[in-house]
Amino acid sequence: MSAANEERTVTCIVCPSGCRIKVGIEGSEIVRISGNQCKRGADYARAEVTQPMRVLTTTVRLEDGRLLPVKTASPIPKVLLFDAVKELSGVRVKAPVKIGQVIYSNVAGTGVDVVTTRSWN
Amino acid sequence: MVDVVIIGGGVVGCMIARELSRYQLKTVLLEKEDDVASGTSKANSAIIHAGYDAKPGTLKAKLNVRGNPLFDKICSELDVPFKRIGSLVVALNEEEVKVLEELLQRGKTNGVPGLEIINREKLMEMEPNISREARAALYAPTAGIVCPYELTIALAENASRNGVEIKLNSPVLSIGVENGEVLAVRTPGETIYTRYVVNAAGLFADEISRMAGAEDYRITPRKGEYLIFDRRFGGIVNTAIFPTPTKISKGILVCPTVDGNFFIGPNSNDVREKDDVAVTQQGIEEIIKSARKLVPELPLKHVIASFAGLRAVSNTDDFVIGASKKVKGFINVGGIQSPGLSSAPAIAEMVVGILKEEGLELKEKSDYNPERPQIFKFRRLSCQEKRELIRRNPAYGRVICRCETVTEGEIIDAIRRPVGARSLDAVKRRTRAGMGRCQGGFCSPRVVEILARELGIDPLEVTKCGSGSEILRGRTKEFIETGGVTGAK
Amino acid sequence: MRLVVLPVQNRELVIIGGGPAGLSAAVEARRLGIKDVLVIDRESEPGGILKQCIHTGFGLHVFKEELTGPEYAERFIEQAENLGVEIMLNTMVIELTADRRIVAVNSREGLIEIQAKAVILAMGCRERTRGAINIPGFRPAGIFTAGTAQRFVNIEGYMPGREIVILGSGDIGLIMARRLTLEGAKVRCVVEIMPYSNGLTRNIVQCLEDYGIPLLLKHTVVNIHGRKRVEGVTIAEVDDDMKPIMETAKFVPCDTLLLSVGLIPENELSRLADIEIDEVTGGPVVNQRMETSVPGIFACGNVLHVHDLVDYVTQEAVSAARGAASYLADGGKKYKHIPVSPGNGLRYVLPQRINVDAMPEERQNFFMRSVRPMAKARLFVESERGVIKSSVLRYVKPSEMISIQLDRDEMRGIKMLNFSLREEGDSVERGE
Repeated sequence: MSAANEERTVTCIVCPSGCRIKVGIEGSEIVRISGNQCKRGADYARAEVTQPMRVLTTTVRLEDGRLLPVKTASPIPKVLLFDAVKELSGVRVKAPVKIGQVIYSNVAGTGVDVVTTRSWN
Repeated sequence: MVDVVIIGGGVVGCMIARELSRYQLKTVLLEKEDDVASGTSKANSAIIHAGYDAKPGTLKAKLNVRGNPLFDKICSELDVPFKRIGSLVVALNEEEVKVLEELLQRGKTNGVPGLEIINREKLMEMEPNISREARAALYAPTAGIVCPYELTIALAENASRNGVEIKLNSPVLSIGVENGEVLAVRTPGETIYTRYVVNAAGLFADEISRMAGAEDYRITPRKGEYLIFDRRFGGIVNTAIFPTPTKISKGILVCPTVDGNFFIGPNSNDVREKDDVAVTQQGIEEIIKSARKLVPELPLKHVIASFAGLRAVSNTDDFVIGASKKVKGFINVGGIQSPGLSSAPAIAEMVVGILKEEGLELKEKSDYNPERPQIFKFRRLSCQEKRELIRRNPAYGRVICRCETVTEGEIIDAIRRPVGARSLDAVKRRTRAGMGRCQGGFCSPRVVEILARELGIDPLEVTKCGSGSEILRGRTKEFIETGGVTGAK
Repeated sequence: MRLVVLPVQNRELVIIGGGPAGLSAAVEARRLGIKDVLVIDRESEPGGILKQCIHTGFGLHVFKEELTGPEYAERFIEQAENLGVEIMLNTMVIELTADRRIVAVNSREGLIEIQAKAVILAMGCRERTRGAINIPGFRPAGIFTAGTAQRFVNIEGYMPGREIVILGSGDIGLIMARRLTLEGAKVRCVVEIMPYSNGLTRNIVQCLEDYGIPLLLKHTVVNIHGRKRVEGVTIAEVDDDMKPIMETAKFVPCDTLLLSVGLIPENELSRLADIEIDEVTGGPVVNQRMETSVPGIFACGNVLHVHDLVDYVTQEAVSAARGAASYLADGGKKYKHIPVSPGNGLRYVLPQRINVDAMPEERQNFFMRSVRPMAKARLFVESERGVIKSSVLRYVKPSEMISIQLDRDEMRGIKMLNFSLREEGDSVERGE
């Protein structure tokens, strides 16, 4: 985040209203949030400006070549999505796998596990 | 040393190849693309014209009228659907009614059987969806429809089974002539020594003729654009419906296809490049506007594909068929625009006659088989036949294309038959997989898989229509290192 | 040819399609005590399109947690297996008649003939293609529908291209923009002809804005370049009549064009059975119990109308299963229906007709879509007597389904129902 004063706009996705929330920043402080219609919107906007988080979904290969869909067990910082994908691209998993099984730990140094989202025999 | 090299695997080249395969000859057919029927023969109106349109005395008139009745036998021998649905030239005003009379007379002069002018009532009865403006029509009962690429492929297969060597991906680089006589044809892979060359190169016939130092003529590509509609609306017209023709063109028609769809088109525009098959916005608007004059209620929401084809128009205004006067052994078969498809069987007869005159000895083969073995089309079989077919070969129980009900068995057969399919489009032309309302959305991943397996290649090598048209670009994860990994915004 | 006559199988309930709609219906049917439930699916695994939807966003209503497509599917597959639902895989239904005779085909058994007491249609939908929208230009390799590309990437493990333009801002296209970007491809832009997006806001933010992918509203592709493989597309702005403004045309180099221009319910079988089709939804006309115009044949999910959320598909499938159960119980008693119609501001309302007394439950779900985005609108439900109910809706979008429930008591004795939407206050600013 830049140190200068700025105002950033965040499209809220908490509910279908899709509020355009304005977040005023001075230095590294959030000084003003406007345009939201509820508290959840304010929380979302705050998180988006400080540390936006996303669940990553991708695939890894089973040893036999089939594709295994996976996700991070919880959201990880958005800025680390590409690092996580890169790290996972060489992963090979031995079948059978059960849904929810951890196939990789601490992806991109986030401390978050990567789990399977389907079972494969 | 071969006897005849045919250049061009369109309907004309393949018809000549099959005709020559009756005789004890070594014949080679060269096609520059990865499949036969890749040029004009894959994108045209698919009509076997009755023959009233061409100017009396021209080759077009003579060969059309001669070719038309030959289709029943050829199509039955080759197991290719052919329907004699008849055609109508519709007059929308009194001026046009007069033109119908002229056409009727011309048809009679050309020797077209069964022509009649029908009145409005009869027309409405035959075609209930025709415009209320229609006054009368010229009815030609002998006009028919065929699938032009299915016919071309069947001809190539049959010629191949009867000994003609069909070489795909073989563009002609040069033609060797010695002492005013044809000597050899060079392709990227080889030089084929031959006594005769038949130039059936379609849009490129002028360039081939020039390459051999034979007659100079010019082929101009004339584009025609089409819209194809969902099979559900195939019944909108029963016959091939033409507007009253103008000086330039037979006009934009509304016509059923042999597979149960219907199409509108083609318009007619000269273009500069011989591979310009791009569909244009103006073109689409033009054909819709014109077709609506004939059939006002078109189900435009149910167009499933648009495409363009190129006519090979010669500057001589007629087919250019004959032995070269400059290069012995070189036979031109150029400028085969409409009614080229209708004339193709008669063109082949004529070309064989010319070759004979030029000294080619024609001894009939004892083992010539005019028939193509039955091609199983799952969707056309009865329940009992379907059951029996799957029992014999379980691959016919796996439906791959759901829009057209095409099974894995049919796709494997299309790949394994002579002049087998090597690309997605080639499979499509042989089986209709991907030709339906979803246009391959559902089946293309599966066809890619079957092609790769059958041809023993990597799925990444499977093409849409030959080298350079690979469907897939890589495996997942492959681009991650090289791709723009800059971190999310 | 040897004559092989196989006996016709008699089944109680046959569900055509084993995606989310079919599986949800099968599970509910078993729970309601229907003993013989057969699901027929053409794929080698049940789950339908969910198998390739590896992203999250499924199940917030049904399971109160955010699942991926495969996870959502697996929950139902497990339930179906535990409840003894029979699933016939690799099998394609090729015929359906109005008296509920089914012909299916597979490699093991060949042709299978089934006489069902009740049928639930759950065939889903297919993607609109390029032909249907007439884009000028060449027909080279490199043009895919978004769903086909998704299958190549997520199931087969292949990349359809490196540099991509997406036409249409449907959800699958947005999801693929992110998926391909994460796989190292460059998504140049998403081009949408309408002045608003056809995707969920969540997807616009998390699939495009997160990766800096431009969304060009009121733009379309006016030409496709490349003889053998796509080499680029020309895009242009459109005017208010959606006609391209050629002065704004510009070339965008790419090797792939993805189409995400809408979905069409897959009703080939329904037509074979002479089922009445609603021209607006593209799916069968149904009544309060999701029964089509042909008695004993029910429909749910995307075969009926295209849904935005799988959760609604499950809800609808549950209603269809309950409908089938009540049909099997009452032996196909005839009911009179009152018409349900969309008024101002709505494209359609589903079900299209109801019998209030024969509702399987005390409350009836109605699903509808608006004709255009509205920041604030009032939904009116009227009978011949006047307004029965009205409620205020915020941020209505054509891409997001509106769902409302009415109690049986609110509808007793009425002769018709009409739903309409009236915009209140300022309209949503274009482009927002």
